[in-house]
Amino acid sequence: MTIELFLFYMAATVALVSTILALTRYNATHALIYLIISLLASAIIFYLVGAPFAAVLEVVIYAGAIMVLFVFVVMMLNLGSSEDDQEHQWLKPGMWLFPALLCLILFLEMVYVLSVPPHALSGVVITPKEVGIKLYGPYILAVEIAAMLLLAGLIGAYHLGRRYLVDARKQR
Amino acid sequence: MEAVVIPMEHGLALAAVLFSIGLVGVMVRRNIILILMSVEVMLNACGLAFIVAGARWSEPDGQIMFMLILSIAAAEVAVGLGLLLQIHRRVGSIDVDETSRLRG
Repeated sequence: MTIELFLFYMAATVALVSTILALTRYNATHALIYLIISLLASAIIFYLVGAPFAAVLEVVIYAGAIMVLFVFVVMMLNLGSSEDDQEHQWLKPGMWLFPALLCLILFLEMVYVLSVPPHALSGVVITPKEVGIKLYGPYILAVEIAAMLLLAGLIGAYHLGRRYLVDARKQR
Repeated sequence: MEAVVIPMEHGLALAAVLFSIGLVGVMVRRNIILILMSVEVMLNACGLAFIVAGARWSEPDGQIMFMLILSIAAAEVAVGLGLLLQIHRRVGSIDVDETSRLRG
């Protein structure tokens, strides 16, 4: 078995294990930690199959922006038991030991992958330049549709996030 | 031009398994945050399938589809979390069984 295949199966195992663990947690914060690890494992897989730009987007947007939104909402709702109890639970070593182990595997893979030239790993690497040329050439209509979708999402989130929707209902 | 060393079938199988985990999560979990996270897992699995298939033919189309999925996920999660905050304010809980007034 070559080293590329080994790295791929390692990252795939980490992705599967962390996804299963994420969706079986009772505590939303612990689930988020495992989900972020799953997304980082996906980013490693993207890099291994020759899509470095998608790997960067996965880390920056998925694991960075979208998951931070989740963390923000979970912290805002302040679910569950009292804060002292929660913080006591968070500081137990068992809660962060396994996520840290999964992260360590991914980190070692990343260090190895970045230390060898990219052509040694996968046969063909699709550079961001090719993606950009195609994205703003034949796919320009898709870009505009995505822009409209994001605008609709922005307006929807703004409308749903307003506080006086509830206040107006209470006054009735 | 040498071929991609990682077999496409295994990548697609991984995407299918991740999608199934997300689907089971949507159906089993009753916490809205966990349901939204399951939807994210499903969208990520779709993106993985596109990337692996795009790498198989070494075309950038797969990555472009992944970027479109990314924008869908961003819009979905913004609206979904807005809905979640409204439900939490009105019902006082984030259990979907509590919000069953539409059932009739």
